[in-house]
Amino acid sequence: MSAGFDPTAPLTPSGNLKRRQLFSRFALVGATAAAVLAVAVLVLVIYAVASRGLSAISLDFIFKAAPDGIGPELVGTGVIVAIATLIAMPIGVLIAIFVTEYAGRRATNAVKLTLDLMNGLPSIIIALFIFGLLVETRGQSGFAAAVALSIIEVPLVARGSQEVLRLVPASQREAADALGVARWRSTMTIVLPAALGGIVTSTVLAVARAAGETAPLIFATSLGNTDRYSLNPFEPLPTVPVRIYELSEEANPAGFTEAWGLSLILISLILFASLGARALLARSKRKMTA
Amino acid sequence: MSSTAGPATLPRPRAARRGSVRRRLDRLGDRLLYAICLAAALLAAAVIVVVAYQVVHGAQPAISKFGLGFLTDETWQPNFGEFGAKSLIFGTVVTSFFALLLGAPIAIAIGIFLSMLAPVAVRGVIGPLVEMLAAIPSVILGFWGILVLAPFVHEHVEPFLHSSLGFVPIFGEAETTGASIFTASLILTIMIIPIVASISRDLFLAVPREMQDGASALGATRWEVIRGVVLPSTASGIVAASLLGLGRALGEAIAVAQVIGAGSEIQASLFRTGDTLAARIANQFPGALTELHKASLFYCGVILLVFGILSNVTADWIGRRFGFEGGVLR
Repeated sequence: MSAGFDPTAPLTPSGNLKRRQLFSRFALVGATAAAVLAVAVLVLVIYAVASRGLSAISLDFIFKAAPDGIGPELVGTGVIVAIATLIAMPIGVLIAIFVTEYAGRRATNAVKLTLDLMNGLPSIIIALFIFGLLVETRGQSGFAAAVALSIIEVPLVARGSQEVLRLVPASQREAADALGVARWRSTMTIVLPAALGGIVTSTVLAVARAAGETAPLIFATSLGNTDRYSLNPFEPLPTVPVRIYELSEEANPAGFTEAWGLSLILISLILFASLGARALLARSKRKMTA
Repeated sequence: MSSTAGPATLPRPRAARRGSVRRRLDRLGDRLLYAICLAAALLAAAVIVVVAYQVVHGAQPAISKFGLGFLTDETWQPNFGEFGAKSLIFGTVVTSFFALLLGAPIAIAIGIFLSMLAPVAVRGVIGPLVEMLAAIPSVILGFWGILVLAPFVHEHVEPFLHSSLGFVPIFGEAETTGASIFTASLILTIMIIPIVASISRDLFLAVPREMQDGASALGATRWEVIRGVVLPSTASGIVAASLLGLGRALGEAIAVAQVIGAGSEIQASLFRTGDTLAARIANQFPGALTELHKASLFYCGVILLVFGILSNVTADWIGRRFGFEGGVLR
């Protein structure tokens, strides 16, 4: 029997329940605050870079060589990242095809572990590696830096492509099989084209990541000439991240302005590339799953 | 074959014979594509082996000279050919530990916010923004660290912590500049938050809706649903995500080199300068003159590699053992 039940009592929580609900509210506000904090840090960093870098940027700054501008650094970064991507993209895509089209369960796990380890290699270790492999015997070059960056890009391209390749419906592969089309033909003419958009955007994400990498470049191509343009990857090329690093270590206030300007250019390239790629990736994934 | 008459023994039509060229080509193509793909996968595995070999090889002179004593020796004097990594290991562990201590709870909270609290429209904005944090190049984060964060920390945060919590030895007097272990930890915190946050968001999204609804129906508040259902069922994944974040923090060289101040002593106070394995390599390698100095820096790389591989393999193992798709780094 509900002896103490009072049907006219208000239905608002009291006592223990009130305390629990209050605590719950606090916790949820805390979680929201954490998200706000992370975004605030992002805004703070970008604001600091933009407000200090904007005054440095002009047409001369972008196109002229040192001491007026940073053109050669931009070109050097472009050349190195382009070569790195030329190396990394085919390898990454082939690994992804191996995993989605050929590998069994154990091979898939092995490749996944390999890619995780590769992704987890600290860039300073890759820097030491490239020094021992190429720089120590053959001297600094843009090519050595590109090889180092390609090691950073491969796992990113492979994982991204793998995700999109998985989204290609099995029914398309089966339809091709039923028509007697050989596996390699269906892979090259049906599966890959269907996943192409996603593969390209994950490559762009990898490029955005590689473009800001600094440690391997300090070891492989820090002696580049900043006062003339060069496209030759077999000599040391100046790059944007190395220049920012050098200027920041010099502790010379005049150099800081240049470093902020460089940072602003680099960060806007990277953020626009990765935001755009992410949006496209989300779209093409939605199209493929729909 | 017997010579009994039947469709199977009829002479093959011309079309089929023409097809056999194509069939042979197809068989070749199949094998070729398989071989190339396999080669690419093996190449990736080989790269890891070669990287490890190259780093150990470079460290050989230092390994044979100092042996394991390198790990427990605190002196680092390039001019006298004496090297020991104790203070660097200390700095690495302390900075990564504090980064994880600060970063993991914040990142998990962000994961909770993005997966369960925020309206879908807000998620679509905040989620990518948090991931953008990971896209900021470390050299820019480090540059911002020295010129903006370090002065702020030095003038406001460190004196405040010292005056209010100064009885704990880790919050010592503020030094002359903001370059300190504390500042380096903050930079690392910023770096690991997006990694841990995006993985834990994916984990929380995968928790079955029915389990959460069941807890709600039993009268649990929203926080109790998270505390009682969501967090316990994803605990292993959260640990794996934190390990991946830890791996990132351990190996970060450039940004730490910029803000940590390159000290060489082991101290209790977080507000003094220090150095990490990775930062020491980045700082000194380009200017290292003697063979032994370089080899010692390579030796630091070996230690770092062991740390890194351990944290990654453990994360992978946890992922497999507890059936969660580990290592969803992007």
